[in-house]
Amino acid sequence: MARVTINDISVEVFKDSTILDAAREVDVYIPTLCHLDLESFNIEHRTGSCRVCMVEVEQNGKSRMMPACCTPIQEGMIIRTNTPEIIQIRRIVLELLLSDHPFDCLVCSKSLDCELQALAKQFGIEHLTYKGEMSLYPPDLSSRAINRNLDKCIMCRRCETACNDIQTVKVLTGYKRGFMSVVAPAEMKPLNDTNCVFCGQCVNVCPTGALTEINYIKKVWQAINDPTKKVIVQTAPAVRVGIGEEFNLTEEEAATGKLVAGLRRLGFDAVFDTNFTADLTILEEAHELVERLKKKENLPLLTSCCPGWVNFLEYQFPDLIHIPSTCKSPQQMFGAVAKTYYAEKIGIKPENLIVVSIMPCLAKKYEAARPEFIKNGIPDVDYVLTTRELAKMFKEAGINIGKLKDEDYDNPLGESTGAGVIFGVSGGVLEAALRTAYEVVTKKELKNVNFTEVRGLEGIKEATIDLDGTELRVAVTSGLGNARKILEKIRKGEANYHAIEIMACPGGCINGGGQPYIHGDTSLLEKRLKMIYTEDEKKKIRKSHENPYIQKLYKEFLGEPGSHKAHEILHTHYYKKCEK
Amino acid sequence: MIKQVRIALRNCGRINPESIEEYINARGYEALILSLFEKKPEDVIKIITDSGLRGRGGGGFPTGLKWAAAAKEKSDEKFVICNADEGDPGAFMDRAVLEGDPFSVLEAMTIAGYCIGANKGIIYIRAEYPLAIERLKFAIEKAEEYGFLGKNILGSNFSFDIELKYGAGAFVCGEETALIKSIEGKRGEPVVKPPYPAQKGLWGKPTIVNNVETFANICPIIINGPEWFRKIGTQKSPGTKVFALAGKINKVGLIEIPMGTTLREVIYEIGGGIKNNKEFKAVQTGGPSGGCITKENIDTPIDYDNLLAIGSMMGSGGMIVMDEDDCMVNFAKFFLEFIIDESCGKCTPCRVGNKRLHELLEQITTGKAEDNIIPRIEMLCNTIKKASLCGLGQTSPNPVLSTLRYFRDEYEEHIKDKKCRSRVCKSLLRYQIVPEKCNGCTRCARNCPVQCISGKPKEPHVINQDECIKCGVCYTHCKFDAIIVS
Repeated sequence: MARVTINDISVEVFKDSTILDAAREVDVYIPTLCHLDLESFNIEHRTGSCRVCMVEVEQNGKSRMMPACCTPIQEGMIIRTNTPEIIQIRRIVLELLLSDHPFDCLVCSKSLDCELQALAKQFGIEHLTYKGEMSLYPPDLSSRAINRNLDKCIMCRRCETACNDIQTVKVLTGYKRGFMSVVAPAEMKPLNDTNCVFCGQCVNVCPTGALTEINYIKKVWQAINDPTKKVIVQTAPAVRVGIGEEFNLTEEEAATGKLVAGLRRLGFDAVFDTNFTADLTILEEAHELVERLKKKENLPLLTSCCPGWVNFLEYQFPDLIHIPSTCKSPQQMFGAVAKTYYAEKIGIKPENLIVVSIMPCLAKKYEAARPEFIKNGIPDVDYVLTTRELAKMFKEAGINIGKLKDEDYDNPLGESTGAGVIFGVSGGVLEAALRTAYEVVTKKELKNVNFTEVRGLEGIKEATIDLDGTELRVAVTSGLGNARKILEKIRKGEANYHAIEIMACPGGCINGGGQPYIHGDTSLLEKRLKMIYTEDEKKKIRKSHENPYIQKLYKEFLGEPGSHKAHEILHTHYYKKCEK
Repeated sequence: MIKQVRIALRNCGRINPESIEEYINARGYEALILSLFEKKPEDVIKIITDSGLRGRGGGGFPTGLKWAAAAKEKSDEKFVICNADEGDPGAFMDRAVLEGDPFSVLEAMTIAGYCIGANKGIIYIRAEYPLAIERLKFAIEKAEEYGFLGKNILGSNFSFDIELKYGAGAFVCGEETALIKSIEGKRGEPVVKPPYPAQKGLWGKPTIVNNVETFANICPIIINGPEWFRKIGTQKSPGTKVFALAGKINKVGLIEIPMGTTLREVIYEIGGGIKNNKEFKAVQTGGPSGGCITKENIDTPIDYDNLLAIGSMMGSGGMIVMDEDDCMVNFAKFFLEFIIDESCGKCTPCRVGNKRLHELLEQITTGKAEDNIIPRIEMLCNTIKKASLCGLGQTSPNPVLSTLRYFRDEYEEHIKDKKCRSRVCKSLLRYQIVPEKCNGCTRCARNCPVQCISGKPKEPHVINQDECIKCGVCYTHCKFDAIIVS
């Protein structure tokens, strides 16, 4: 412990604390910009590069300006956070950042959600002190998922930490020197020409509008307005626990019913649930697992519902592409079932059926455009919107979902079990699979469906499940850095798991690249996580194979799990992508 | 007559740099043998500490303390780095040492390794020094052959290897934390200190980074003792310093002088006075992020603390002399251009602040500045100085601050009277034809590249001021001195 004085308040803090930690301890506010503390994941980004958090530190009779976010405290420091000089210096630093930032806030997709804008307001900056040359770069719209507008980059380097340290994808780096510095892929390659997996964690942490999603709102409006098309929508599990934040809903429960009601008001012809195909995924995947366990080959089985992770595997571990489950992701299963089974059922040609997905994810935009998911020029999923884009559409249409009465999903692709909804959080897919695999293997009823050992935000979770005498060793990882650790073990033959769930984003889809921005407040993720499990508990049916509409789908269309037809429609394969 | 004293440059030009025998004859490896066999590491560190040797790279941090800090750390691996990323414009002190006396640096690094408990040394040298690299490579090979480097040096059980790492010439990589990042293969950017490299340096291990000239001082100190070293120079800055004299001075080149020598002695005795007998105006010390010293401080004894006190700094040893023809605003702008090019771009004050500062100076030199610009410049300089992340950023406004301090009148002339007394800032010049002297020969009009001079032959001509680009062609072509510049 060490004792320091902050603005004449004496405080004792742990020795490895920073000045910022100590200040928060005594409720002294110090503004920050580049600093980001993802507390629930034990990840702190503190490069000390923006210099907005400068404070005055007096030590051994000498006084210096130091950045609060990354200066460790030392016994006896006298810290002042708001002298006129400090305030002036911080203000000039902020004015300098603004002087090299485009002033298109009114038409910026991050407007009112921008940390630079918020700081400018907080500092009361109402005119520009500095004007001059700007560091300008052409925008990068090369990918289906991520929009890079480097003119808005303020060199906070958070995206680098997300990409390189957390995800270990290592696509982003500092580019050029001095005034022209920005964060970009090496040689300023367009993102689409790199190993980017489009997880969108860089977008999640970007404080400004430099990194955002590629926006498909216009195209969806056009489709809805097209009288020749029938437009249906599917909503991913994690969307219902995120969307409420955009409308300041304070309830502890997911906004599922309100979400459905809102989507109907936007004009979708039918509102379905990705949870339905999550259940379907479980039937196929559990079947696959049981088969592999029987044959004792191709283990461990890796889940395959996360397209960010699938990309990561294809780029970085091409030698392991035979071990993931061949199941398509729930989004793609939905698209495939909708354009075959459902289109047939309602008597419409697939080309006249438009499937829109609402996803907490950016990689889903990429996934929907993969060539193997487009048949005869007709994609299984036509447009993918993020939770954030959907909120914008609601707002544009004057729909405050908070004021709507709950409504139910349509059928036949809207009914789901508790096992489907937990796909939205790390550990959920595996838990759902266990609920079904247990009963398939043991032919006994599973009494307690809660596998709490695989729940929570930790990056790597391990458990051994007793399937009535058969031991099943499982692992759950989220965050690609953690996935890399497990994959390297598998590569070296050091892993003896039977099944592993992998999600690209830390914590799973609740923290997906398309979710409402949390601005470093990971308590919001814990809230989303809790809502998911509450949603699960509220369901009468909590095992995928008991979903009556899934049973009906097999009876009417697919036959049985693992059938030829199921393979044709619900399964896929992976490609070795050489390093670009 | 002031005498130069050669410690760092003792062997340069006197021995064959490619002959280890000549180096040994010049008392080479005496210090290493003395250290390895007669002294404990802490004894050697004490000698360095007692000598009062301070880092010659610019910061002036006591070398002994740095070594002691790294020696104190417990670690399975430690590193000794020699900073040979000399980047100040016009400076070539380190290059001279490396080309002229490579063994002395290798020997000193080995001693440093012995002192702090490191077995690995790295020389970070800019790739633009091919001869220095060649000689270092040769010297490393020879030293290994003779048993002065490698495993179990001279049977002492102490092992030490040295390898070269090439820098791509980024100025900021001379900053020790950026240098370490660069060796690790990362983008050369400084990181926040603490932790200091002595605690967590290369690959997270305790590391000392010393400049070439610092290492060049080590062996003579060990051989002759700290008292000998303390007798040279001043009390707070013992020893000598190598400077690269450049600019408007008769004798340019490297000099090595005892600390405490005055600028007057350097310029008028060693440097042979100002070129063409012009009037001395100022000297820039400390490289692009140093400051200027004027007539009023010409008799200040040169050492670390005195230079800081008068708003400049020692830096690595660049010394650029200016005369009455130099415009101080333009001069500050020139150094700022260098800083803008060389800023790594990591922190806001240096990345954006220096750019804006340069633009403000540009307004002054082009006559577009508003009257209240100086306080704005001072405020911005203060922010850059206090809020920048590394030493490069923190010192980058020094040329502006020190010229403002000593030549404020010149700034004000530029701003208020739109006048540059040294006639350097072209935008402020006004070329005019004196009608009484012009006989209408048309030579100026015919040579004007923008054809802005008009007049009938044999009648006085007129320059259209709105179109004039101030190139000075008319002025040089007029044979009758009819064109004046104001």
